[in-house]
Amino acid sequence: MPMLSEKKANHMNSKSIKVDYIARVEGEGALTVKMKDGQVSDVKFRIFEPPRFFEAFLRGRKYSEAPDITARICGICPIAYQMSSVHAMENLFQVKVGGQLRELRRLLYCGEWIESHALHIYMLHAPDFLGYDDAIQLAGDHPDAVQRGLRLKKAGNDLVALLAGREIHPINVKVGGFYKLPDRKDFDGVLESLKRARDEAYETVIWTSKLSFPDFESDYEFVALSHPDEYPFNEGRLVSNMGLNIDIRDYELVFHESHVEYSNALQSTMKNPRTSDSQVSQDESRGAYLTGPLARFNLNFEKLSPIALKGAEEANIRPPVLNPFKSIVVRAIETLYACDEAIRIIENYDAPENSAVTFQVRPGFGFGCTEAPRGILYHRYLIGDDGLIKDAKIVPPTAQNQKMIESDLRNFVSSNIKMSKQDLTLRCEQVVRNYDPCISCATHFVRLDISEEL
Amino acid sequence: MAQRRTAGKPKVAVFKFASCDGCQLSLLDAEESLLDVAGAIDIAFFPEASRRMLRGPYDVGIVEGSITTPHDVEHIRAIRKSCGALITIGACATAGGIQALRNWKDIRNFVHIVYASPEYISTLDRSLPVGSFVHVDFELRGCPINKYQLIEVINAFINKRKPNIRTYSVCMECKMKGNECVMVAHGEPCLGPVTQAGCGAICPSFNRGCYGCFGPMESPNTPALSTKLNELGESKHDIKLAFRTFNAYADAFRKESESHE
Repeated sequence: MPMLSEKKANHMNSKSIKVDYIARVEGEGALTVKMKDGQVSDVKFRIFEPPRFFEAFLRGRKYSEAPDITARICGICPIAYQMSSVHAMENLFQVKVGGQLRELRRLLYCGEWIESHALHIYMLHAPDFLGYDDAIQLAGDHPDAVQRGLRLKKAGNDLVALLAGREIHPINVKVGGFYKLPDRKDFDGVLESLKRARDEAYETVIWTSKLSFPDFESDYEFVALSHPDEYPFNEGRLVSNMGLNIDIRDYELVFHESHVEYSNALQSTMKNPRTSDSQVSQDESRGAYLTGPLARFNLNFEKLSPIALKGAEEANIRPPVLNPFKSIVVRAIETLYACDEAIRIIENYDAPENSAVTFQVRPGFGFGCTEAPRGILYHRYLIGDDGLIKDAKIVPPTAQNQKMIESDLRNFVSSNIKMSKQDLTLRCEQVVRNYDPCISCATHFVRLDISEEL
Repeated sequence: MAQRRTAGKPKVAVFKFASCDGCQLSLLDAEESLLDVAGAIDIAFFPEASRRMLRGPYDVGIVEGSITTPHDVEHIRAIRKSCGALITIGACATAGGIQALRNWKDIRNFVHIVYASPEYISTLDRSLPVGSFVHVDFELRGCPINKYQLIEVINAFINKRKPNIRTYSVCMECKMKGNECVMVAHGEPCLGPVTQAGCGAICPSFNRGCYGCFGPMESPNTPALSTKLNELGESKHDIKLAFRTFNAYADAFRKESESHE
């Protein structure tokens, strides 16, 4: 709820923007920007949701429980957690899930991208651009757009429910593959709805491209997975536009997490990586980086399918996209791609004989990193001789984007310091929502900070 | 700009405590009903969906998440006072959630790097359901809840009738679906016999045993199930873990897991 400290501001030649509970994001966060003598003096994006200690209570659980337990970190992107965890275990057990099983995992991820992106585009983000409090109010004036968004979201959800039992915390993913495979004919209904969704995703690209965007760009370091043959979901190397190119198992050599007093989520920063694995250096701090749709799009543009590229061309958007407000268009392009990719996978689907591949459980470290709708989601597990988890580390995308969100707030307010406080407050909220932050995800970590009272 | 027509409609608020957001998302996931539901009620406070945040009192409060901090305790008491009826949704709010696994640990070991103020440790060492602190008018189970059940409960409360939510076991749903029993036919450990229905017996329908995400049914015979699980080759440790997941601190599951310590 916006609260402006006007009285104080006039008195001290300083003012502040304070939003105690940022709406239309997943979870509980707040922001404060302080200004003094025409300059931004302090910026905080605070996560005050209480921590839930996932890494701590994963200790002693079975390796096979990781996908179902870590899914509960986030009700919006449970599949991302299931995918990163099973890939980490398979990395350790040296098991390769290929062929149609690999395709089905991609398909499942398409479903999550579609529902998550449609939710954000239509229900969380678009109301900012068009001047409404929420999608329900938006539906009063733009019923067709909101209905289109709901149908798109439903197409993604229906795909997830068909493949994995239900939309939230689906139950069909396990280490090695799935519990049960669909038959080709099971897809008939969802294939029709996905074809309609693809058309409506195309309309969404055009619709979002006509919104009005503030003039705001930054010189970001974008980080995303990159795969030689495909737009990334589950596999690839971690790359950036500033020379990063590493195996995911070197993640912790490059990215560093730290605790700041005012946030219940650890903030990530980048150390000073060189271009190849062997030269990873830890000496110098490189700072904030951006993960998510903008990073994926800018780093993997040429891997998009023809229809997604056509949509991008018609929307007149091409890499590098440096304006975070335009992430809404990029999400629409990714939604279009995910619909198209889902249709491709279904049309080529031929049920394999076994729903999962067999493997031998072995002790050691396993690493997984996949592309959640909001960006890279890193998991690392240490498994003991008994198959139980001895240690777990999970770094969600929102924790990684926190510093960049603060940096955007600082830069945006600095260059718009004369804007009215009411407008600036709304814009600051929008700067946060550009990242589709999932605060519930970010607040999973093991440390406590409860001295903060609100 | 379109004006909201809110006069005379019941004011509904949605609150969040420690949780994954999935249960309140279920409301937004009810794509086909969402605009109808939104037309029947005045969504007065639902930060995940709207910037419009009206003050109470509210006719109906919907609460997601478990109580884990001293601030939460104060907050839920204030919410109780501001709501005519209070509905809790999901395993976190009704049983403490997966984060209740801390309840068996010493929080000081759990948080080996602690920023905690020591005076708060006593209340923070457990994750508890909302009903441990205030009166709750209806508890809707599930991790996550079933969105159709959520709409039924909202509908019941705004029409001042009793929600039609079954409290029998998942086995009943399997029978109604005509599923082959995964435990009898395939020897798969399954919590279906002691778990409340509501999911639609999804896991057995996908060839896996139920893992109890809707929590204990009314009067479950958990010891009998543990005996059966043991016959299937599950160790004491396995059985303890099986009862200790998303509804670990629900009474019947808590007691059963503790009997396998």
